[in-house]
Amino acid sequence: MVKLTFVQPDGASRTVDAEPGVTVMEAAKLNDIPGIEAECGGACACATCHVYVDPEWVDKTGKPEAIEEDMLDFAFDVRKESRLSCQIKVTPDLDGLTVRVPAKQF
Amino acid sequence: MALDEAVAVTGATEIDAVVIGAGPVGLFAVFELGLVDIKTLVIDILDRPGGQCAELYPEKPIYDIPALPTVTGQELTDRLLEQIKPFGAQFVFGERVDELQRGEDGRFHLKTDAGREIVAKVVVIAAGGGSFTPKRPPLEGIEAYEGKSVHYAVRRMEDFRGKDVLIVGGGDSALDWTLNLAPLAKSLTLMHRRDEFRGAPHSVEQMRALVAEGKVSLVIGQVTKLHGETGNLEAVTAKTSDGAEQRLAVNAILPFFGLTMKLGPVAHWGLNLNENLVLVDTEKFETSEKGIFAVGDINWYPGKLKLILSGFHEVALMAQQAHKYVHPEKKLMFQYTTSSSSLQKKLGVK
Ligand SMILES: Cc1cc2nc3c(=O)[nH]c(=O)nc-3n(C[C@H](O)[C@H](O)[C@H](O)COP(=O)(O)OP(=O)(O)OC[C@H]3O[C@@H](n4cnc5c(N)ncnc54)[C@H](O)[C@@H]3O)c2cc1C
Ligand code: FES
Repeated sequence: MVKLTFVQPDGASRTVDAEPGVTVMEAAKLNDIPGIEAECGGACACATCHVYVDPEWVDKTGKPEAIEEDMLDFAFDVRKESRLSCQIKVTPDLDGLTVRVPAKQF
Repeated sequence: MALDEAVAVTGATEIDAVVIGAGPVGLFAVFELGLVDIKTLVIDILDRPGGQCAELYPEKPIYDIPALPTVTGQELTDRLLEQIKPFGAQFVFGERVDELQRGEDGRFHLKTDAGREIVAKVVVIAAGGGSFTPKRPPLEGIEAYEGKSVHYAVRRMEDFRGKDVLIVGGGDSALDWTLNLAPLAKSLTLMHRRDEFRGAPHSVEQMRALVAEGKVSLVIGQVTKLHGETGNLEAVTAKTSDGAEQRLAVNAILPFFGLTMKLGPVAHWGLNLNENLVLVDTEKFETSEKGIFAVGDINWYPGKLKLILSGFHEVALMAQQAHKYVHPEKKLMFQYTTSSSSLQKKLGVK
C-alpha cells in the first residue's frame, strides 16, 4: 500500500492507503475525498479532478502529457504544479505523495 | 403556458413523439419508435448529434457495446445515424427544450429557448447528464455581469463593436472569435494560460499575425478578479505566467472554458426526481407523468447503470408503451427484424 495525502483548501488533510496501479483520482474517490469530482470517470475529458502536486513531488509525478495539458486549459487557477489526478498512476515511488485540492473545480 | 395560447400560435410543429436529447440513447429511441410506426422529432442543444460520445470523447474507444469489440464515440454516433436513417426523423439542433406541459387535448406542448413550439403525443426525455452548458469561471461575483458584460457565446457580433473585449481560452471558439471580433472591437485582448493553442493551426497563425500587427494583444495568464459595478465591467485583474498581477481595462469578456452538463429545465417539468434523475418504472420506463418517458443517463430506477447498453434496452421497452398512446387503435404484434417483411419494409430492406 502507498500512502497519499490530500490537503483541502482550508488546510485540513487526510492520508489514505492506495493500491499501486490505481490513479490518484480513483484513490480519492474510493476514500470520499471532497473536492475531486471526476465527472468523466478518468477519461481525461472533464478537468474536474484537478490537483496541485506538492512542489517536492513534482519530479516524481512527472509532467502532464499533451492531452492532459489541453484538458488543463479547462481547469481554473492552473499553476505550475497543476495535474489532473486521473492521469497520475500510483506507484511505490509515490509513497508519501501530497496533493492539494483546489478551492473550486469549476 | 395555457393551452389556448399554445394553440393560437401558428406554426407549432405537430409530431407523434419528441425525443429530447440526441445522445446515443435518444438516437436509438428513433429506431425503436420507428419500428412501431411512431414519427419522431429530436431536439438537442448541441449543434450535432452524439451527446457525451461526440462531445466528450469522440476519439476514445468504447469496449462494451455488444458485437462491436471496439468503437469510438464518434463512430458509434455515425453508425447509429446510419441505422436510424430509414425513419426520416426530424432534427433540431442548437435549441434547448425549456417548457413541457400537457395541454387540455392530452397532448404535450413543448417550447424551446428559440421560441419554437412543438405539440406531441408522447415525449421521450433522453437528456443524459443534462444539457451541455458553458463552464462559468468561478470568479467572485461573476453572475452579476453575465448577460451584460460576460458572455459565453456571441449572439450578435454588433454587440461588441467599439468595446474593449477580452477573450479567454485557447481552443477554436476563443481563436475564431478573436479573428472575427478584432476588426469590430475598440481593442481586443486574447488571454490564455499558456503560449500554446489547441485550435486549428491556421487560426493560430492568423491570430499570431494580428498580434504582430498590433491589432490584438496576447496575454499569457489567467483572470483572477472582476472590477465594475451593477453588471458593467470596467477592468479585470490578471495573473500572468510569471506570477505578476496586471490590471486590464475591458468592458466585455468572452470566457471559453468548455462545457459542463447541468440538469437544467428538466428539473422544472413536475416529474418525480431522485437526486437530479428522473424516476421511471422498469417495465415501460415511464415517468410519474403518463406519456412522458425517460431513458438513458437521465433516468433512475433500482439497479440503474449509466451504460449505453442499458439505454438501448430501455428504449425498446419504452416504444411498446408509446405505441399504445400514439396508435391506440392498433394492436402491436411482436416481430423480429430478421423475419418480418413489414419491419423490413420500414427499414428499406430490398
Ligand atoms: C469519458 C466517458 C467515457 C464513457 N465510456 C463509456 C463506455 O465505455 N461504455 C458505456 O456504456 N458508457 C460510457 N460512458 C457513458 C455514456 O457516454 C453515457 O451513458 C451515454 O452517453 C448516455 O447517453 P444518453 O443518450 O442517455 O445521454 P447523453 O449522451 O448525455 O446525451 C444527452 C443529450 O441531451 C441533450 N439535452 C439535455 N437536456 C436538453 C434539453 N433540455 N434540451 C435539448 N437538449 C438537451 C444534451 O445536450 C445531450 O446532447 C462514458 C462517458 C464518458 C463521459
Ligand atoms: S476525471 Fe475527468 S479529467 Fe480526470
